[in-house]
Amino acid sequence: MDFTLTEKQKMIRKITREFAEEHIAPIAEESDQKQELDPEVMEKMKEMNYFGSCIPEEYGGAGLHKDTIAFAIITEEIGRVDASWSITTGVHCSVCAYPIYRYGTDEQKEKFLIDVAKGNKIGAFCLTEANAGSDAGGVQLTAEKDGDEYILNGSKIFATNGGIAKTLLVVAKTGETDARKQLTVFIMDTDTPGYSVGVKEDKLGVRASNTSELVFQDVRVPEDNILGGLGNGFRLGLQILDYGRITIASQCVGLGQACLEAAIKYSNEREQFGTKIARFQGIQWKIADIATDVESARLLTYKAAWMCDQGMDYGLAGSMAKLIASEAGMKAAHQAVQIHGGYGTMKAYPVERYFRDAKMGEIYEGTSEIQRMVIANHMLRGK
Amino acid sequence: MLIFVCIKQVPGVAEVKIDPKTNTLVREGIPSIVNPHDKHAIELGLTIKEQHGGDVIAISMGPPQAEQALREALSMGVDKAYLLSDRAFAGADTLATSHTLSLAIKKILKESKVKNDYIVICGTQAIDGDTAQVGPELAEELNIPQITYVLKFELKEKNTVVVERAFRSEEVVIIETKLPVLISVLKEINKPRFPGAKGIVDAYEKKKVIYLNSEDLGADKAELGLNGSMTEVWKIFVPIRKGSHVILNGTIEEMIQDLCSYLKDDKIL
Repeated sequence: MDFTLTEKQKMIRKITREFAEEHIAPIAEESDQKQELDPEVMEKMKEMNYFGSCIPEEYGGAGLHKDTIAFAIITEEIGRVDASWSITTGVHCSVCAYPIYRYGTDEQKEKFLIDVAKGNKIGAFCLTEANAGSDAGGVQLTAEKDGDEYILNGSKIFATNGGIAKTLLVVAKTGETDARKQLTVFIMDTDTPGYSVGVKEDKLGVRASNTSELVFQDVRVPEDNILGGLGNGFRLGLQILDYGRITIASQCVGLGQACLEAAIKYSNEREQFGTKIARFQGIQWKIADIATDVESARLLTYKAAWMCDQGMDYGLAGSMAKLIASEAGMKAAHQAVQIHGGYGTMKAYPVERYFRDAKMGEIYEGTSEIQRMVIANHMLRGK
Repeated sequence: MLIFVCIKQVPGVAEVKIDPKTNTLVREGIPSIVNPHDKHAIELGLTIKEQHGGDVIAISMGPPQAEQALREALSMGVDKAYLLSDRAFAGADTLATSHTLSLAIKKILKESKVKNDYIVICGTQAIDGDTAQVGPELAEELNIPQITYVLKFELKEKNTVVVERAFRSEEVVIIETKLPVLISVLKEINKPRFPGAKGIVDAYEKKKVIYLNSEDLGADKAELGLNGSMTEVWKIFVPIRKGSHVILNGTIEEMIQDLCSYLKDDKIL
């Protein structure tokens, strides 16, 4: 067993960290308050190939499709300075670009993937509806066949990147047999007539990232845009989310790391009772716990990424990574704020933002409870 | 056109620590970086290539670990990288270093059948040694013109080079010359780019770092490393601050007056 990162992975970490600290960190607070991603950073992120990290070069990507650890490191390092940017590129890459690459036809890759991987078109994955969240099978958005097209009707909510996306993967109901829904994933561009963006959500955390309601009214999508076969949507949707979970786990590891570093910095600066608070055991234990939780989460995340690269079934590892990383992030943020005391609740200190961002991680892309269901199913039923 | 960029891997800290027993730099736990000035040299090399074509070749002398620095240069877009690595190079001062670099450049020029159509770019100085000598000495070794402390660079028609060189505070001189030329650049000349993820993938999967040793360079060992050095390091130490100090403020005239009165008080004047 070798835990050493490759030289390439180390360079990816070094450069992404330098880039994120120079270009993203200084305006993260402002973006959070304005609830907007900075357009200049967006352009720079495109130049850095962060919208196509896990896509081969031939489709406009960076070529890390077989190095999921490196992709995880990019997401982690962006997440270390700003969870909003990390979730934006992470979701775009893992549950829009990658599925088109992995499950799409050559024609679909030509038509959709290149622009997505270059970041010219932001991507989103649209599953959640008002009555279909943790119960992914509850999708009510319909796709009815009409000649060689499908007509989509319904709405999606809480779609990450929804309002800024130009290319969508939409999970729709294409039929029902014996009370079992038949779901299908469609790829579509947002300039398709009948499509519109509804309410933009005003959220607790990752506020700079766009989360929106999406409305589909007689949206006509060619049959050729079906991803992974008619009626395969439920299984495919879960597979897409398996990969996405590695990304969310990475984002949360980065956030936990940020909390750790902020806690260490503050403990070494703040003096009470005539000494640095870092000298108090009560503070030391908190820092030890944060460090241990974050490192455990990182190891499980890299393991899931490694299994993916080995062609192994990484669904269980991905769920475990997402569970432990999001909870480690929340615990880290909780204790980092506690170490900062009153200052930690002020916007002048980044841990205030980390705390709000951390809570999101335990909910999106499968709540902690859903991850536990997945893990328990593997344990108890061998799946 | 060949665009050579000479880079050095240095410890990534503002203040180096010295082991008092061995008189050597403490390197444990200190990350190595590309010397900051040299990143500006790489950036200029890449800009020249983008405007005029040519191949950008990065060269570094150092232990195998210095390959990292060259990989970073390759990630930024440099076409080829050479690492001059040999135990015989160890202990080199600036003279032996520039001699070794010149042998590599001459070898590459010969192999590429290039006579005059080349530029050598160096960072002004390295943050560890701070000598600013390697660039000028390398130009002498290559017997080509040199322009140091360059703030602006332009390559015009018929291989004419026009540069702005820093001269006293806030003054510049404009110099025109022809290729070949060696220039050493200041940080103000440009802003080095960040290598994208694709650039990094290419640097590790598509590009190579070519190792050259003293035999490859056909070097005379008497002119390499410690043997070829005119200087020898006896001792490295951090100067101990002694006595008190006063920091003067105000205009130059005011500070001169204050200084004179201090010197008079101490009976130095």
